[in-house]
Formats: sequence, C-alpha cells, structure tokens
Amino acid sequence: MLDFSVLPPYADLLATGALWTVLITVLAGALSVVLGVLLALVTLYGPKLISLPLRGIAFLFMGTPLLLQLYLLYYGLAQLGVLLPAFWTGVMGLGVHYAVYNADIFRSAIQSVDEGQMEAARSLGFGRTAALRHFIIPQATLTALPQVGNNSIILLKDTAVLSVLGVAELVLNAQRGISATYRPFEFYFAVAVLYYLLNLAMEWALGRAARKAEAIR
Amino acid sequence: MDVALIQRIAPFILEAALKTMQLAAASLAIGLAAAVALVAARMSRQAIWRGLSAAYVSVIRGTPLLVQLFLVFFGGPQLGLNLTPFQAGAITMGLNIGAYMSVGLHGAIIAVEHGQYEAARSLGFGRLDTMRLFILPQAAPLMLRTLGVNTVILTKGTALASTIGVVELTYSAQRFVTSTYKPFEVFAAAGIAYLIIILAIMLGIRGLESLFGTAERGRV
Amino acid sequence: MTSAAPMIRLRGIRKSYGSHEVLKGIDLDVDQGRIVSIIGPSGSGKSTLLRSVNMLEEISHGEIWLDGVQVNSALTGRAFETHINRIRQQMGMVFQQFNLFPHLTALENVSIAPMKLKGKSKAEAEALARTLLEKVGLADKGGAYPARLSGGQKQRVAIARALAMQPKAMLFDEATSALDPELVDEVNLVMKQLAAEQMTMIIVTHEMRFAAEVSDHVLFMDGGVVVEQGPPEQVLKAPTQERTRGFLRKHLAQ
Ligand SMILES: Nc1ncnc2c1ncn2[C@@H]1O[C@H](COP(=O)(O)OP(=O)(O)O)[C@@H](O)[C@H]1O
Ligand SMILES: [Mg+2]
Repeated sequence: MLDFSVLPPYADLLATGALWTVLITVLAGALSVVLGVLLALVTLYGPKLISLPLRGIAFLFMGTPLLLQLYLLYYGLAQLGVLLPAFWTGVMGLGVHYAVYNADIFRSAIQSVDEGQMEAARSLGFGRTAALRHFIIPQATLTALPQVGNNSIILLKDTAVLSVLGVAELVLNAQRGISATYRPFEFYFAVAVLYYLLNLAMEWALGRAARKAEAIR
Repeated sequence: MDVALIQRIAPFILEAALKTMQLAAASLAIGLAAAVALVAARMSRQAIWRGLSAAYVSVIRGTPLLVQLFLVFFGGPQLGLNLTPFQAGAITMGLNIGAYMSVGLHGAIIAVEHGQYEAARSLGFGRLDTMRLFILPQAAPLMLRTLGVNTVILTKGTALASTIGVVELTYSAQRFVTSTYKPFEVFAAAGIAYLIIILAIMLGIRGLESLFGTAERGRV
Repeated sequence: MTSAAPMIRLRGIRKSYGSHEVLKGIDLDVDQGRIVSIIGPSGSGKSTLLRSVNMLEEISHGEIWLDGVQVNSALTGRAFETHINRIRQQMGMVFQQFNLFPHLTALENVSIAPMKLKGKSKAEAEALARTLLEKVGLADKGGAYPARLSGGQKQRVAIARALAMQPKAMLFDEATSALDPELVDEVNLVMKQLAAEQMTMIIVTHEMRFAAEVSDHVLFMDGGVVVEQGPPEQVLKAPTQERTRGFLRKHLAQ
C-alpha cells in the first residue's frame, strides 16, 4: 500500500525545499524581531497619534488568519499594481504577522526592565534613546528570548502556508513530487519528518540560547 | 473601495462564516476530548502512557498543521481513509489543537501548589477525588484562559481547511476574488467576519472567566 | 571653573509630588574636595534632594549649580537634553540597589560610558576600567557578570563605573543600606579612599559612625527641611535641635 522507495529520486527536490524553508524562516524571523522591537518602541514611547492606531491594527492582525493576510497581501498588492514575487510577499507577510505578536512580548519585556537601569544610565549622562539602545533593549531582549524563540518555532511551521502562494519551499516541492508519482502519503510523511527535524534543531538552538541568557540575568 | 460589491457578497460571506464556525466547533469538540485524554495519559502512573502522550504532543507540535491536513486528506485514501474535506479538516484540526490544549491544561494543573495535593492526600482522599475536588477547581481559571487562547488559534487555523476544499470563509473569499478581481474588498469582508467571530469567542471566554473569578474570590 | 565658587550649589530647592511638598527650600554649598553627609529619618527627602542635584528628579523651584554652570538651565527640548547629559557626565551617582547593567560584565559596566559618551577607544576605556576595578579591589572580577558578584562587589563596581567618567563630584544614596553587615566595610573603605583623594561628595547615609568619620559637614533633614547642619562633631555629638537629638537617640539605641 505504502511505498517509500518512491522518495529517493526526489531527495534533492525535498532537500532544496527544506533549504528554502530554512531561508524563509530566517528572513521572516529576522523581520519579525526587528519590526517587533520597533513596534514595541513606537507603541511605548511614540506619540499617541501613532501608537493608538497601531494597537488597533495589531488587533486586526491577531484576529484574522495568517492565510487570509497572505492572500490579501499577495492579491491586494497586485490589485494596486505592485508586483512582488511570491517569495518576498510571503517573507513580508509572515514577518509582519509575527512582528505583531513579538511586539507584545518586547513591550512587556521592556516594561519589566528595572527602573533603576534607566536611572543609572541617565546618571552617567546617557540620553534616553542611547539608554534604551545600550541598556534597556538588550536586557529586554534577554527577557523576551524564550517567548520570541517560541514564536520563531511557530513561524517555521507556518512557512508551509507559503506553498499556497506558489513559493517553492518544502511543501510545494513535495507537491511536485506527488504530481509525478501520485504518492501523497509518502511525500507528506517525509515532509512532516523534515519539519520535525528542523523543529527539533531550532528548539535545541533556542534552548541553548535561552539558558545562556538566563545565566546572565 | 467597492461598497456595493461588499453588500452583494455579504450574504455569502455570512453563510461561509457559519461554515467556519461549524468547523471550529467540531474541531473544538474533538480537541477537548483529545486534550483530556492526553492530560490523563500524561499524569498516568504508567510510564508508557506518559511517554506516548509526550511523543504525540511533540510530533503534532513539531509539524505544520497544513502538512497534517494534507497527509490526512490527500494521503489518507492510500490507507483506506476516505474522508470528506470537512471531516478531514475537523478531525485533523481537533487532534492538532488537542495537543496544544493538553500542554496548557497540564500546566494549569501543575501550577496548583503541590501542598494542596499533599494536604488532600494526607486527609485520605484518593488521587481522583483529590484532582476533582481540590486541584481542578483551583486550576480552572488558568485552564479557561488556555482553552480560550487555543480556541482563538483554532478558529483562525480553520482558514487552512480551504486548501483541502472545505467551503468556509477563506475558500469562499478566494472564489469571489477569482470572479470579481477585487481582492481587497473581498478579503476585507472575510477579515471582518473573522474578527467578529474572534471577538465573540473572546467575550464568551471573558464571561466565563468572570464567572470563575467570583468562585476564585473565595480562595484563601 | 572659578576655584572660589562651590563645586555644588543648591539654592531654595523645592519639590512637590502633587500637593505634597517633600523639599521645602533647601540651600547647600559644597566646595571642591568637601564631603557632605545627609542624615535624617526615612521619608525626610534625602534621596529626593540628592537626585535633584543631577536632575533625576525635576525640582519645582530653586537653582542647582555645578562648578559654576547652572544645572537646571532655562534650556528646553533637545538643547536641554544635551545640556543635562553633559552635566550628568560630570557627576557620578551610586544607588542603594547598585543598578549595575546585568547584561554586561563588570569590565563592560565600567568601560561602556567612557566608550559611548566620551568617544574613547575600546582599548583605552578598558584600560581605564581595569585601573578602576583594581582601585576598588576587584582587579580579578572584570569578566564576571553582576549576577555572579556579592552585594559589596556589585557596589564597588558601581562606584568604579561612576568614576570612569572622571566626575567632578560623586553622589551616594545609601550606598551600603542594601548590603549584608559584613559587606559594608569594603564599600566604606572605597568611599574613604575617595575622600582621601579630595573627591567632592554628597553622601546620604544612615551610618552615623561613618558620617562622623568621613564628612566635613553634616546635614540633618526632617520633613523636607534642613533642621540642623554643621561639622560632624557638632551635629552628631552635640546637636542643638531637639529633633536631631531624638533622631540620634533612636538611631544609636539600635
Ligand atoms: N515618586 C514619588 N511620588 C510621590 N511621592 C514620592 C515619590 N518619591 C518620594 N516620594 C515621597 O517623598 C518623600 C521623600 O522621599 P525620599 O526622598 O525618598 O526620602 P528619604 O530618602 O529621606 O527616605 C516621602 O514622603 C516619599 O513618600
Ligand atoms: Mg532614600
């Protein structure tokens, strides 16, 4: 019934897909962290005129499915005449989506940094922005690391959704194999195994980083 | 912004939203059952059950929901498992969210101070009675929170069922986009429908929480 | 600037939190190389006064001068930011809770301000930091993160950190209050060393013995006013005010 020997000829295709999945995860993950910090800072310290609407927009992101957001971005940009490759649409969509979640984490991490830290920095003569940059944000990053890491692991799995937009990552490459062999179970099973391994690797790396961060705090 | 279009498709969006809610409800029922079973296994005295529960949770949480859906719906027939898109969606998403919920529920249980357990056992209560009479009532508020969070995640996740052909909100929206070429209006309408559903869930959970909150005030 | 002007000059300092006035018009001159201790019951406004000097607290009325430059200048916005940052770079502050930067090693804690604020090279700043850590008796702790240091060691790093900016004056807010008794002396020793080097210092303290030993001038505050001030022999040994006597009695009884 099942015949896993159909897979080896497609090992390269799957491996390439896995590499693209990793690349998307890294790019979208980086975007989600950088943008997340920026959003946290703007909503914490920016003018109300900007921060309040941003909070509202954040709810729009949190209250609707990622897939719908990706569709809106992909087809919506096309409607506006902006033709972005599916790959970049996907990276952007994923990155922004998780930035919204990371912003919440960074916001409370920043707020949890002891007030004395800002005072000590200011007493040395650091300006507010410099103090945020050198002392508050690095510490908040350590605090936020486990949760942001967790989001990155969820993001890894959500990269699969980009296959729907036609991004040639792991799932889409598997589908290419399937259309040649009509062996969906074997291919999706292999895909699941690969994701599981990537997931384990990421958990391991983030766990190490979190333990290091914990040792400092 | 084509308002007339939104008005025209509104009834269809509404119908699709009902489908989304049905799918979420069916998945939730399966998910709750799976979660309870997983927590029970996790707290079993037999290592084999604990191991199986942990392995299941690890595999489910370690692989994408989309791949799980494809594996069951497209791969299932190879194993003689012929499910309708709705069945495949509800079962897969239920078994998926059940793993996540079990982690939250177990967390809520072990967050109850161990002294409570010891006190009850020292009075002569059995394991089950201790759980039922003393631990679960105290864990309830946290459990409710984790169930609420996961129900929201589940409901948003139902959009993925569109990829296996369940005619829910996202699927319908996509079809309207192909026929109207107005992605912004159509997806915005679908988005609003999701927001309303999610808000309703959040309000419902908050209502339940305030119910339990009153119970909690009696705590020492 | 002018050697005749006091290093720190406070005039008519008032500070309110809402309708609650916690500083009710305080004057103080501290000459270069002088050491002033501030004592008084909890809540009397000692910390608020000290923190007003480098404007960690904004005052409601009065004037603050450092070495002939007005600290609470009429500048506003960006210009004031630049001004106050420059002023603060010339005043070191040591906190009761140390406030070391936990994500930086002891050496980095000390070297970061000269590097980022004075444009010193990393090598230069680290050499300076090493000298200062040695000075506070922690030459071997440069690589340690604060979490690995005892309270006394943390506070000594904090002092070194403040000294790294080569300040004109140092402000101490109960630097030893959070320490276990056996760790107090190592910090006091460093402060005495600074006193011997003619560092201008304002020290808020609850240790009368230490105040008597190091200070040139003692201020007794209560309820936001200076009740009594003078040389330590007078204020601590022969106070003229009943409130001072009461405070000292309670304090010495402990
Ligand atoms: N941020 C604040 N808001 C309101 N009141 C404050 C604040 N900080 C200090 N106070 C009040 O100011 C008074 C003086 O406090 P403080 O200067 O810390 O006293 P001390 O250092 O002598 O113990 C106290 O009554 C205190 O309650
Ligand atoms: Mg104080």
